[in-house]
Amino acid sequence: MAQSPPATKSPDSPPRRTSFNLSIWIFSIATFIKLLLIPSYRSTDFEVHRHWLALTSSLPLRQWYLDTSSIWTLDYPPLFAHFSYLLSLPASLFDPAITSLSSTGSHTPPTVLYLRLTAAFSDLSLFFASYRMISTSRRSLFTLALILWSPSLLIVDHVHFQYNGFLLGIFLLSLGFLEEGRDLAGGFVFAVLLCSKHLFLVAAPFYFVYLLRHYCKGGFFRGFSRLVIMGMAVAAVFAASFGPFIYYGQIKQVFSRLFPFGRGLCHAYWAPNIWVFYILLDKALASAFTKLGFNVETPMASFTGGLVGESSPFSVLPQVTPIVTFILVLLSMLPCLVKAFKNPQPRHVVRWVAYMCTCGFMFGWHVHEKASLHFTIPLAAVAMNSLDDAKHFFILSIVSCYSLFPLLYEPQEYLIRLLLLLTYSFLMWVGFSSHFAPAKKKSLVGWVSSIYLVGLASVELYGQFVHPYLFEKKLPFLPLMLVSFSCAIGMLYSWIWQLVYILRHT
Amino acid sequence: MAKRKTKSNPSHSTPPPSHFPWPLSSSPPLATAATICLFSLLVRVMVSLGPYSGQGVPPKFGDYEAQRHWMEIALHLPPSDWYRNSSDNDLLYWGLDYPPLSAYQSRVHGLILNASLPESVALRTSRGFESHASKLLMRWTVLLSDLVVFFPAALYFLWVYSRSNFGEKRAIMWLLAMILLNPCLVLIDHGHFQYNCISLGLTLGAVAAILSNNDVVGSILFTLAMNHKQMSLYYAPAFFGHLLGKCFKRNYSILHVMKLGIVVLATFAFVWWPYIHSTEALLEVVSRLAPFERGIYEDYVANFWCSTSVFIKWKRLFTVEPLKLMSLSLTVLAFLPSLVQQVKYPSNLGFLYALMNSSFSFYLFSFQVHEKSILLPVLPASLLALQEPQLYSWLTYYSLLSMFPLICRDKLLLQYIASLGLFLLVFYSPDRACSGVNKGRLYYKNLIWFVPLLGSVVLHTVYLLVKPPEKYPYLFEAMMMLLSFSQFVFFTLYSNIKQWKLSLYASGKKDL
Repeated sequence: MAQSPPATKSPDSPPRRTSFNLSIWIFSIATFIKLLLIPSYRSTDFEVHRHWLALTSSLPLRQWYLDTSSIWTLDYPPLFAHFSYLLSLPASLFDPAITSLSSTGSHTPPTVLYLRLTAAFSDLSLFFASYRMISTSRRSLFTLALILWSPSLLIVDHVHFQYNGFLLGIFLLSLGFLEEGRDLAGGFVFAVLLCSKHLFLVAAPFYFVYLLRHYCKGGFFRGFSRLVIMGMAVAAVFAASFGPFIYYGQIKQVFSRLFPFGRGLCHAYWAPNIWVFYILLDKALASAFTKLGFNVETPMASFTGGLVGESSPFSVLPQVTPIVTFILVLLSMLPCLVKAFKNPQPRHVVRWVAYMCTCGFMFGWHVHEKASLHFTIPLAAVAMNSLDDAKHFFILSIVSCYSLFPLLYEPQEYLIRLLLLLTYSFLMWVGFSSHFAPAKKKSLVGWVSSIYLVGLASVELYGQFVHPYLFEKKLPFLPLMLVSFSCAIGMLYSWIWQLVYILRHT
Repeated sequence: MAKRKTKSNPSHSTPPPSHFPWPLSSSPPLATAATICLFSLLVRVMVSLGPYSGQGVPPKFGDYEAQRHWMEIALHLPPSDWYRNSSDNDLLYWGLDYPPLSAYQSRVHGLILNASLPESVALRTSRGFESHASKLLMRWTVLLSDLVVFFPAALYFLWVYSRSNFGEKRAIMWLLAMILLNPCLVLIDHGHFQYNCISLGLTLGAVAAILSNNDVVGSILFTLAMNHKQMSLYYAPAFFGHLLGKCFKRNYSILHVMKLGIVVLATFAFVWWPYIHSTEALLEVVSRLAPFERGIYEDYVANFWCSTSVFIKWKRLFTVEPLKLMSLSLTVLAFLPSLVQQVKYPSNLGFLYALMNSSFSFYLFSFQVHEKSILLPVLPASLLALQEPQLYSWLTYYSLLSMFPLICRDKLLLQYIASLGLFLLVFYSPDRACSGVNKGRLYYKNLIWFVPLLGSVVLHTVYLLVKPPEKYPYLFEAMMMLLSFSQFVFFTLYSNIKQWKLSLYASGKKDL
């Protein structure tokens, strides 16, 4: 089994002080960009988070998951609610309107400023976690730039508005601990993460297997005692977060908020995962069978309107239920779990976890395209390991950023998202080319990748300039479908590449 | 973003750590330049999210409405009516006061706006038209102008610079970032709303052409720049002196002089074509370009007349006529040393200094100077960023200080902080691998730098938070103006001295 090349150890890497200065420099540039983005478009997620700030500061704990004063009910686990509460504490200094439960719908400038600033400064968690990871494993500092300047993160967190940077910081902290071999800390931090955003549950099977094999080893008694210690640590976290709600007897309510059923297979805009192909295949078969003369029932729920329904929206192919997606996700994760079980190596942790998140993204139920951040950011940490990693990351980051474009649908943000993606792509080009300069034989982008990127560019050009004049009335969702489809190809490539890499090199 | 490092380790199988952010010599220059250009464009787009001058302030609004109005006029009226008072063109409501090339540019942009949003440039009915869509379109016209004129000029300049022997070639990518990320230009053009990028871009192209010995092209480009905004005349003495000096160094100098003269006149004729058929039409335009009746200064601009007016009330002591003469003579006196130096010892580097000196002399002593005219000295300072990094950063900082009241009126404070922050970060970027580029550390020990800096920081905060006393409502503006003026005087003296010092070295070194 081939060993993967070691992480780039830099014998003459810059001294600690210089690298710290450089890291601060990278973070400062990112922060100023976030400042400039303050007046940009805000989605409903802005009001969601503002409402949670108001909710947690105005109401007592027992009412957090019961309150229905707004349609934006609390659907993140309790630790995130506590985070919201912390953020709401200084809010009264800015503007009392921030924490008022009744909202008028429009936001005062101090509200916008305050919430945007909290998003920008909560990214400090991402900064510290990445910096820690880079300095302990002596990675190149360009990795920090790849993480902190990620256009997907800027688009989702600082325009659309979410707090992913903060959560990804915790995630990277946990991964960093695991890489260093500090399993107990890693497990503990991951438990904290799970109690802040339950979407990271996709990585839980891996953590379980890995910690079982790596941490709880060394004979029966030592292993068992370690299992108990880890169990207690995780249980403590869960107890601290869910305990109060079990005491109030609200645990069912909390879970119904966290795991809402009754949503469709896809979001209104299809996330670029495997189901895009399934849906399109179904449509193609339906139209083919209709042409051949078969009587094909048109389904009650349809996808062209982007509607999400409960009845089967498929006309030809069998229906997909949540159970099916669950099984598929587990099946796809299996190779990785087997590898982790057989030979748990700290240095492969990041790849394994990224793969787990990719599987969850590719096969999951009601996946949102923002979830691609969960594996793109960790993969940035290993992108500088080898030219192959760099090539893969180059394509993956472009695809995941492009798939987020439909989130910012106003013309004012069009140039911003385009320029963010282009600047980042060229920056990657420069960084990777200068880092891997001696390997001149293979360039960063091969023939296939170039054709694919040209394809993405054509989809964009079509959607912006050609479609409005051609098919606007007949097929209004065609551009979105094209974006989903073309990005799904790239995501599929990434999933397969990661799987092959894991099978071969770990 | 690449500065080529001299160190490289070919013996390593694993590549050496990328000395971020200005990586190794192996980084592709084109991609690096593209990254810098794209980032500069991104900063401009983000700044343009902010408000424009006069947003939501009827009845006169601001520069944005002026530009929109000119698009309306240029689109619907024939050229002969553009500078003439008529029922459709009320000269008192933002009458056109830039030369014809500005008007042609307004017409082109008016066509763009008319194609998507005709009501924003409809004759007479679109006065004060403000909408989200029209703001976007107007902002995009500025971006387009920037992209079409200023960016190529900057790249051309960079290309010429890299081929010359100014000595500090290794940091040219940093220089590109310095030229493109200048916060003054970004805030005024994409925040306040103006089209300085066109005239400054044409000037920059002219400079680059002259540095690469394409004097004819340079003259054409500079004439076009002057025809876009008459403020480009601030650079005229430098161009004149340098080109004259170069002509004298050649055989048949009189022929070269005549060649350039003919080219300039032909370009003028070409641009002013609709107006040269009669002296009346010509005078109509010229009277709009030089509004002497507005007095020697307006508002608070950090030049000689306004600053000394705190002590000597010029407007009360003299009428317009003597003041015109005084300002003319002082301006000529101020740029004369630099002009003479270039005529006698023309050199490429000296030319850049001369540009700065000549524009400073006009800024300090000329008639009716606007605070935005500080952009004119800032451009050559940015071109000299590798020779005089400390000067450039201080000039940028104090230029911003002198424009701070304007920025605050436009509510662009956030954009101000962010673009200044980004500029300073790129300026002081770590990895001073390029030896010899003295980017300069903050001279904490040197009081000459530190005290004004402290004063300016105090002034910023005081201006924002404290109400001025009733008796002197413009106290803080005046203090900012005085502080900036003191620094500008110092910069002018310094760069004049530097320019003369060059000719002392010229005999020893072979300069292109």
